[in-house]
Amino acid sequence: MLRLEKRPSPSVFWERASPFLAVALTMVAGGIMFWILGKNPFEAIRTIFWDPLFNDQFAAYSRPQLLVKAAPLILIAIGLSLGFRAGIWNIGAEGQYIMGAIFGAAAGLAVYPVESRLIFPVMILAGAFGGFLWAMIPALLKTVFRTNEILVSLLLVYVAQNILAMMALGALRNPEGGGFPGSRNLSQIPSMANPELIAGTGMHWGVVAAFMAVIAGYILLQRHILGFQIKLAGQAPRAARFAGVSPARLVVLCLGISGVLAGLAGVFEVTGPAGQISIDFNVGYGFTAIIVAFLGRLNPVGILFAGLLMALTYIGGELAQLMLGLPSAAIQAFQGMLLFFLLATDLLTNFRVRLAKREGA
Amino acid sequence: MKRRTLLATAALGLGLAFGGAAMAQDKTKACFVYVGPIGDGGWTYQHHQGALAVQEAFGDKVEIAFQENVPEGADAERVLTQMALSGCNIIFTTSFGYMDATNAVAAKFPDIKFEHATGYKREHPNVSTYNARFYEGRAVQGHIAGKMTKSNKIGYIASFPIPEVIMGINSYYLHAKKVNPAVELSIVWAFTWFDPAKEADAAKALIDQGVDVIASHTDSTAPLAEAAKTNGAVIGFGQASDMAEYKDGPRVSSIIDNWAPYYIKRVGALMDGTYAQADAWEGIAGGEVEIGEITALVPAEVKAEAEAMRDAIAAGTYHPFTGPINKQDGSPWLAEGVTAPDGDLLGMNFYVEGIVGEIPQ
Repeated sequence: MLRLEKRPSPSVFWERASPFLAVALTMVAGGIMFWILGKNPFEAIRTIFWDPLFNDQFAAYSRPQLLVKAAPLILIAIGLSLGFRAGIWNIGAEGQYIMGAIFGAAAGLAVYPVESRLIFPVMILAGAFGGFLWAMIPALLKTVFRTNEILVSLLLVYVAQNILAMMALGALRNPEGGGFPGSRNLSQIPSMANPELIAGTGMHWGVVAAFMAVIAGYILLQRHILGFQIKLAGQAPRAARFAGVSPARLVVLCLGISGVLAGLAGVFEVTGPAGQISIDFNVGYGFTAIIVAFLGRLNPVGILFAGLLMALTYIGGELAQLMLGLPSAAIQAFQGMLLFFLLATDLLTNFRVRLAKREGA
Repeated sequence: MKRRTLLATAALGLGLAFGGAAMAQDKTKACFVYVGPIGDGGWTYQHHQGALAVQEAFGDKVEIAFQENVPEGADAERVLTQMALSGCNIIFTTSFGYMDATNAVAAKFPDIKFEHATGYKREHPNVSTYNARFYEGRAVQGHIAGKMTKSNKIGYIASFPIPEVIMGINSYYLHAKKVNPAVELSIVWAFTWFDPAKEADAAKALIDQGVDVIASHTDSTAPLAEAAKTNGAVIGFGQASDMAEYKDGPRVSSIIDNWAPYYIKRVGALMDGTYAQADAWEGIAGGEVEIGEITALVPAEVKAEAEAMRDAIAAGTYHPFTGPINKQDGSPWLAEGVTAPDGDLLGMNFYVEGIVGEIPQ
């Protein structure tokens, strides 16, 4: 029989290795699922993980698309990781992402059809502010009334979705859209667009911001006193308090930063790849980013690679549907497996697996 | 490391951008993008049946590929581009919300034909649009609804306030009113094409209001499932697909979207070189709109009248929008004996006289 034994201190090796093991196990279990579905498992796994990067036909297009898909995930996950390290659980990044997009789009559309180079920067600021504002609700409720930020931030996602629908149908609706819900296409309005900076690279301002967030996150955690306080508060809350760390200040800062980053992701998305405010503008980046944050070990560099990996499963998953006729539900199950195995293998960080001796032997 | 990865990606992206898209092949590849799952039992299911019919008609000479559950937004453009790169010769995009993505991708792949269902933008010579005159089927349904209702309250589950949907509501109401002047129409906006839970809620809301005949412009069978719970008190119609599994229950007839003739025609034209850009809008006459079997729940004389109307529409002797018809505000729209021009229908943004309520703005 197997027995779990708690490690005296978390294993550094397994902390690093468990994501790789999780990916490997996902490939095996996913392969079995694809095989049961009557597809060649090796071909399916190759299509998902290899073809988006190296296939002659697609790679030139899908490689840059990885950046486009990964950018919002990375941006949001960096923000979330700070809070998660400090034991502050912002589950509502999806809502902050939506509010960022709404605020940003509204700021731009308010002055339509004025053309000015200033409009785009103002929209970005408005988007960051929208995300910040939405994150401040759970932050203040937690610090003032001691409510649970997990519940408040999560429930505010549904409020944000309803505001999104209201905006797509009402205030922000394209007056020339023939009655169909949805705003004007911002990516087609020069002073509001967030286009590719270099054609064919997928690099837009959101990708740039994601890379900057990775670097800033790294510096913050490694070199800055706030980063130290965040880590301390997560690992030893009492010690942190003795060291003069104000829990309330940390809650506001962590939620504020993650709100700003989620809001930025929203406004970069709505001005670029998505193009417009529509009822189903949000496709779950805020929730997927939680997976990305943990897959990346709450480490900025890890998150960068985790975000790219997640994007790979999306784009590779689409290719697998198209080329092999896999149902989309199978791809979703495959992505779910990744989180499942990650949580399972995380056990190895804190526990050792031992062969148990029989009772009385 | 980070910067080098980025630069390498950028360089490769630039160098290979959209190279090698078209590959010589002897098979014609027809691709389909679906907004829902192929098992939705309605809209997407019927498009997929059309795709399968193409395969059957041409056998080895064509190859079919499809992707389901593609969101209308940023992801659609990527999916379409990947399809184009995978060697599709003709791509059918089967939802209104793919309009901008279809035109954007068509611009990059002038050699590939794009066919967009229910849209109106043909910005490039390789973009065609196609639709079906569903309002013809709505007229037949309206007639049955007006005759069958006992409470004189009939209901309509609408998706989005676009001309396509408003046209159907008006046609349904006009023909119910014609045979039953006391009839009242309740409309519930679901703001979705496919969401069984929301559609069921909408149906419940209508039933609670005393409605006993429900028509729907959403894609799932959920409204019929709700009607079935009333033990025969409430009847409804199959939408998009025959929904024959409810034939013994509440489904008294249906509108069947039959895309097969159009798909076979277009793919065939592409193969024999006679393909030309088109704006297709066929109805009962062209076989694209079919009236599903009217069940025994409907009295024989009503059934005969409904079938006579269907045949008159098919023969071109009757147009469902024939004056005199006033707009909701009482202002005249069509004078005595005048039939509605297609342009009026395609831009329809008003209810006809007698409908209570406002189109969501």
